[in-house]
Amino acid sequence: MGETQPAQHHGNADASSGSQPLMSVRGLGIRFKTSQGVWQATRKIDFDIAAGERVGIVGESGCGKTITGLSILRLLPNNFAGLDGSILFDGVDLAKCSARVMRAIRGRRIAMIFQEPMSALDPVFTVGHQIAETLRVHTGVGKEEARERTLEMLRRVGIASPDRRIDDYPHQLSGGMRQRVMIAASLICGPQLLIADEPTTALDVTVQAQILELLRDLSETSNTALMLITHDLGVVAETCARMITMYAGEVIEDAAVDDALARPLHPYTSGLLRSLPHLSPRHGKLPSIPGRVPSIMDMPNGCRFKARCPHAIDGCEKEQELRDAGSGRKVRCWRFNELDLPGALQHAPNAPIAALVGHP
Amino acid sequence: MSAPVADMDAIVSVRDLQVQFQTTDRHATVKAVDGVDFDVRRGETFGIIGESGSGKTTIGRALVFLLKPSAGAILHNGLDPLALPRRQFQSHRRDYQIIFQDPNAALNPRMTILSSVLEPLELAREGNKAERLKRAHEAMDRVGLPQDIGARYPHQLSGGQKQRVVIARALTLRPKLIVCDEVVAALDMSIRGDVLNLFAELQRDLGLTYVFITHDLAVVSHISERIAVMYLGRFVELGPTEEVSERPLHPYTQALLSAEPRPLPSSMRGGQRIVLQGEIPSPIDPPSGCRFRTRCQYAQPLCAEKTPDWRELARDHWVACHFADRPNFSPN
Repeated sequence: MGETQPAQHHGNADASSGSQPLMSVRGLGIRFKTSQGVWQATRKIDFDIAAGERVGIVGESGCGKTITGLSILRLLPNNFAGLDGSILFDGVDLAKCSARVMRAIRGRRIAMIFQEPMSALDPVFTVGHQIAETLRVHTGVGKEEARERTLEMLRRVGIASPDRRIDDYPHQLSGGMRQRVMIAASLICGPQLLIADEPTTALDVTVQAQILELLRDLSETSNTALMLITHDLGVVAETCARMITMYAGEVIEDAAVDDALARPLHPYTSGLLRSLPHLSPRHGKLPSIPGRVPSIMDMPNGCRFKARCPHAIDGCEKEQELRDAGSGRKVRCWRFNELDLPGALQHAPNAPIAALVGHP
Repeated sequence: MSAPVADMDAIVSVRDLQVQFQTTDRHATVKAVDGVDFDVRRGETFGIIGESGSGKTTIGRALVFLLKPSAGAILHNGLDPLALPRRQFQSHRRDYQIIFQDPNAALNPRMTILSSVLEPLELAREGNKAERLKRAHEAMDRVGLPQDIGARYPHQLSGGQKQRVVIARALTLRPKLIVCDEVVAALDMSIRGDVLNLFAELQRDLGLTYVFITHDLAVVSHISERIAVMYLGRFVELGPTEEVSERPLHPYTQALLSAEPRPLPSSMRGGQRIVLQGEIPSPIDPPSGCRFRTRCQYAQPLCAEKTPDWRELARDHWVACHFADRPNFSPN
């Protein structure tokens, strides 16, 4: 737990320096048709994921993190109106490739798991059938071999007595086991990237710890990159090496997890950390971020956080780019250099969480 | 099980509470709550933490008599509400309110916000129309909702605003105690703080008592004076927040604390994590003896044979574990 990825994985967003990332997202934006016109859900999303790297995409509901994950696999809703930018995955632009190429990648080279395993599993087929089906569709292996490999995969994801469980139906399994089955199904074809959207939000905290440990181990042993979409900064801290923070449809910060938590560069990231009860003195008033996320119908010009930002000044109404902040960090705030924002280190000293750290 | 010392200042006293349900095929009994004793002190926030299936929500519902206890007693101010005549019971329970997790489910989508807030007052036939309206507006004001929201419908409000409406509605009848069941679980991080602050402010100003039920350790330890840890229908530990979260006595509490993901840089996280094996067993057929023994790393033969006593090991700090007082037992 807690070990960081090798340094070369850290947010070298510029593809020209260092090795080619596994996936490179540039200028990604998604638009939707609604009765009130076309809405821009996300825009100017830039980030890279290296082979085997574990990256957390964090933000609150409506920030665009889920739709960004879905758009990588082009799993887009019916009212989808258009995709801008590019998603370069191993030389293929997923934003523009044909449906056929996409089908060959989806599920085989990029897999995805969701929050609620029960709605992702089909209740009328055994879990073994559903895992083996993925393998047979993508690789064309025979029935016997598919079953063998399914058994092996169930064992790897920590299902006890897999030879019995393989013929169970989803309702016969507990929530944690269903999520293990989903992970088995997503990894059976040996994908290079696993997109996990809130994979532990529906689980209890002791089971969550098991699943996060499993995801970490599997990603390490098979060198599968993990894109972990979550609202929980704790989950990211314990699972990922890098953290991409989103706000109102934009990436606002991209940094190694330890750096982002210790010394956030964007006022929103700092504000989020401050509002966590973990980091606040017990029984005290919890600091909160005033105001609300701007509506998708009425996005302000320039910095989208400025109406809620304690550091907003003249100049914040100018268009904000994702700036290079040095040592592999990026931030969408032109004042990052002059602001000295508190992170977990500054918040935590008197906080109850300090007492939880490291029982002697 | 020996009951805790009767507390003169108890607004709620729970004695050997049991709540059981029949499964739909009527072949089995689910013991959702199976012998729980505690007092809630006037003006405090009493936190109950547990995972799904631990029975924490069942306790919350039983406290306000939305569920009838199968055995044991729940006393409000030393009085058994179930012994009251029906009329008196109904007016009595207005003092004991409950708020749930999902404000969308708690608000009728076809009623305006104001009519939702007015409804309890109308059902209770409080005052005349003008007085009811005044009290509804007061309650909305109290929780920081602008008056013009009254004419709107739930779908026009944000999640945080909806939860405020539900809180306002619970306040209209001026309760003494509110059971809060996962009241911030559905809210975004940045909103959660605001709503928790509101609960603390209302408690200070109105002298409310809360029973705060949640699975979120950070939330419960922020807001509560005392915390009870629940596992499979029973309390395994109960004590002052600082004690329970800094010197946990029960192995389950220790595992819960260590499983909580911490938003800290790796250098500050430290500590060996205890990852429990398996999941919570079925309450239809719970393990004999100590219910946690099937997942406990310290389990001994005794744990299967004998149900651990509910013991006060430190002042006000109760635990149900045979070995909680042995040295070398815990990571403390």
